[in-house]
Amino acid sequence: MAIDFQRTAPTHGARVGRKRSLWLRLHLDPWLLSILLLLIAFGLVVLYSASGMSAQTTLAQAIRMGIALVGAVVIAQFSPATLYRWTPLAYGGGLLMLIAVEIMGDIGMGAQRWLEIGPLRFQPSELMKIAMPMMLAAYLHRRPLPPSWRDLLVCGVIIAVPVLLIARQPDLGTSMLVTAAAVFVILLAGLSWRFILSLAVMAGAAMPLLWLNMHNYQRQRVLTFLNPESDPLGAGWNIIQSKTAIGSGGLEGKGWGLGTQSQLEFLPERHTDFIVAVLGEEFGLIGMATILVLYLLLVSRGLVMANQAQDTYGRLLAGSIVLTFFIYVFVNIGMVSGILPVVGVPLPLVSYGGTSSVTLMAGFGILMSIHTHRRLLKH
Amino acid sequence: MRKRRERVKDHEQEVRVFRNRSLVAAALIVLMAGALVSRLFYLQVVEHDVFITRSDNNRMRVEPLPPRRGLIYDRNGQLLAENRPTYNLTIVRERVDDLDATLERLVQILGLPEDEVETFRERSLQRQRPYQPALLMSDLTEDQIARLAVNRYLLSGVEVEAQLMRYYPDPIVMSHVLGYVGRINAEELADLDPGNYAGTHFIGKTGVEYTYEDQLHGKAGLRKVETNARGRVLRELDREPPVPGKDLTLTIDSRLQHLAYDLLGGRRGAIVAIQPKTGDILAMVSAPGFDINKFVTGISYADYRALQDDIDLPLYNRAARGQYPPGSTVKPFEALAALQNRVVDANDIVYDPGYFQLPNDTRRYHNWLRWGHGRVDLRRAIEVSNNTYFYTMAYRLGIDRLSSFMHEFGFGEVNSLDVQGALPGLMPSREWKREKYNQPWFPGETLSAGIGQGYFMATPLQLAAATATLANHGHWVRPHLAERIGDQPVKPPFPDTKPDVQVDKTQWWNDVYEGMEEVMSGREGTARKAGAGLEYTMAGKTGTAQVFSLGQNQKYNASELAERLRDHALFIGFAPVEDPQIAVAVIVENAGGGVSGLGRELTDAWLLPQSELHDQPGATVPEEVESLDGD
Repeated sequence: MAIDFQRTAPTHGARVGRKRSLWLRLHLDPWLLSILLLLIAFGLVVLYSASGMSAQTTLAQAIRMGIALVGAVVIAQFSPATLYRWTPLAYGGGLLMLIAVEIMGDIGMGAQRWLEIGPLRFQPSELMKIAMPMMLAAYLHRRPLPPSWRDLLVCGVIIAVPVLLIARQPDLGTSMLVTAAAVFVILLAGLSWRFILSLAVMAGAAMPLLWLNMHNYQRQRVLTFLNPESDPLGAGWNIIQSKTAIGSGGLEGKGWGLGTQSQLEFLPERHTDFIVAVLGEEFGLIGMATILVLYLLLVSRGLVMANQAQDTYGRLLAGSIVLTFFIYVFVNIGMVSGILPVVGVPLPLVSYGGTSSVTLMAGFGILMSIHTHRRLLKH
Repeated sequence: MRKRRERVKDHEQEVRVFRNRSLVAAALIVLMAGALVSRLFYLQVVEHDVFITRSDNNRMRVEPLPPRRGLIYDRNGQLLAENRPTYNLTIVRERVDDLDATLERLVQILGLPEDEVETFRERSLQRQRPYQPALLMSDLTEDQIARLAVNRYLLSGVEVEAQLMRYYPDPIVMSHVLGYVGRINAEELADLDPGNYAGTHFIGKTGVEYTYEDQLHGKAGLRKVETNARGRVLRELDREPPVPGKDLTLTIDSRLQHLAYDLLGGRRGAIVAIQPKTGDILAMVSAPGFDINKFVTGISYADYRALQDDIDLPLYNRAARGQYPPGSTVKPFEALAALQNRVVDANDIVYDPGYFQLPNDTRRYHNWLRWGHGRVDLRRAIEVSNNTYFYTMAYRLGIDRLSSFMHEFGFGEVNSLDVQGALPGLMPSREWKREKYNQPWFPGETLSAGIGQGYFMATPLQLAAATATLANHGHWVRPHLAERIGDQPVKPPFPDTKPDVQVDKTQWWNDVYEGMEEVMSGREGTARKAGAGLEYTMAGKTGTAQVFSLGQNQKYNASELAERLRDHALFIGFAPVEDPQIAVAVIVENAGGGVSGLGRELTDAWLLPQSELHDQPGATVPEEVESLDGD
């Protein structure tokens, strides 16, 4: 094994080339960074309106995004080899913290999600969003691909333990995203289509089982999703109001800060999970299309970067990060526009809130690390 | 032993697979993005109209602005009904930090007894929607408002709200004229224009408040407000101001009204005074009155029961609804009927032996003076109120001619223009009796009718109106209470004015007037005491009526019984005879007699320049400044 590891361990960072651009020396990707900055800027503009013209909220978010960005830049300085070494530690630590939450977790929002260490409130499931694909990528990196049955079994265990712990908190949104991040790694690793198909069938069959294990409020969400008008003042209120906000925005929108749905407090959680409804109302279809294009550009750049990665670990991790990011976007917009059930998934880089921004940025940091530490020698 | 060959990583293949997979993923991403875009297109373009409507409905609320109710004045501009701001204490729980502490503080500030706290707490919970104020207490005193204002900073969420409420400065004397407003009930609500009455809580229930409801109410305005999801008003978008109700000026002279009420002196009765030329009702009093302000604020059940059970029936509008046998007051009209129908000449003598006998009938119909007045002509018959003379006239006229002529003076029908609830009285006729009792008319009944008894019934308002018409030489004006509605004067002729009472010779009017003047001034005049020292010419006629239906179903106790079996006393009159300025009708229940003085005092007050009534409206007596200086 040791020999095998030596042979296949990532060897990024080896200074081979002479001509290295400034960006590479800084370990940053100008394309990715530009799109990120554009998105963050757009997000702040929307947030300012969504928070009811609260300069304080917007500034707090700007600072938070700035810190997250710095975090990403810092992470980008670490070589993928370092990340690779730390992977088991991150995964194991995350797992321990999830167990800790299970035992002594604080009660917040009717669910155990937070871990308080001194003044810090920490959500271990957020860490798992990164640690999970790292762990799987690291594992598969050492295995010949496509993964064998035995590999898949191991992967299954790696996935199942934290996901079940997160689902128990209960946090359906995060456990789903963590699962997605993990599944993407395996899919990108070359899981046979036949297997994917049978897995999909099995997932379908497992639906009733899932239903039975869901909390009442989760079931309610699904039922409400299927027919929001059935409970217009309760759970359906959110979705009715957000659809109304988006729909009334029309093509061009009502103008910045002029969205009546959002400004008059009809929209719930208007600056967090439902911020895209504010965007849809005030900037219309044009605004929605703009942000979607920005997201697609970001994802495209990410996929290009993933394809340029020079080893399996980097490729799988980068690919998973990019695809998971898109899942965020899709689930959030889908839920706010009423084609997906309401799950607590923020709109990446736009929704107000710290934890998920930090996680997402860390992902982009890793992406840039993988990209900028590759050997410049052409094979 | 290796059963399986150890697989080795194939980097080229892994890159290929990854590229392959990421291409598939990219395709899926495009597909999913497409799904989002088409969903957004559907919401924002296809269904845009639906959602824009829904969003507008969400934020816009139309609130009614109730109009200010028109004020009511008397003919001199004296305010009879106004709107007073009353202050209510409301609480919006969403804006209260600590409900218990706030309520406790309020109880302290307002100085309420401890047991009110629970009521307070219950009321603070009464509201339908978030941000809807709950009414804690209404009609706060100045003192309470001041104390609340001082402590305002301690009481977030507590508001003092102003609401206009009807107030009658002169509630008892004006009670039956004005009527009152009260809270709109479910039946009334069904008939109302909901738009125009949205936000209005009160409606005219009786009196002119009822009759002129449409004009007094005005037109509701509205404002469009923007609200948030909790119904809290954020901003006014549009405003259509309400049109205030028109002010109403009555023909009533409140000072004459007061005098009339005082003249009744706490007895049960009614006085109506009409200006003959115009039909203006100068005074219309029904005593006892009651406090109409209590009905505005919502009378308590106990108070209402007390009014209803009062043996004096204060809620009963005797002036317009009290149907009394008019007694001898009908004699001048009957005299005119006899003249017009040429059954008698003014100078014809009827011999009165003290009774009248129908031909072929042994029954005697007595004069009130047992031994009779001897030879009486028309004038003297009126002066002494001779029954035999009028039995004779009635007999000669027959019920048909008598009835139809009396109808011309408004007996048996509602003759007023705008007096709410006025009753028609009863002028009996052959047809009426057949319909009512399926019986023929008996000649004796004609005699009863001839002296205003039997089935004959009239209201004080009818008597006053008939007297005014008589004073006018038969010119009919409908009695009315409204002088001006807004800027528009209410003037005769009214669209449905009755035709004038026509007689062939003008002299006949004077024959009757002379008889009535003798009532006041003649040696044998029945009201000669009341007429003593008249400074103008006055025509009058007294009457007594045997006690009839009023309060028939009441339970009397023995001491009251005797009093309540006494005759009702009546008087009609007008003055000055040459140029009538006022016509009055007075009835005092169970007075026995002697109410002509009331009529005299009213006409005095109205006609004599030294009367208090003729001070400038609103003028006050100058103060004796000298005495203050110590002179």
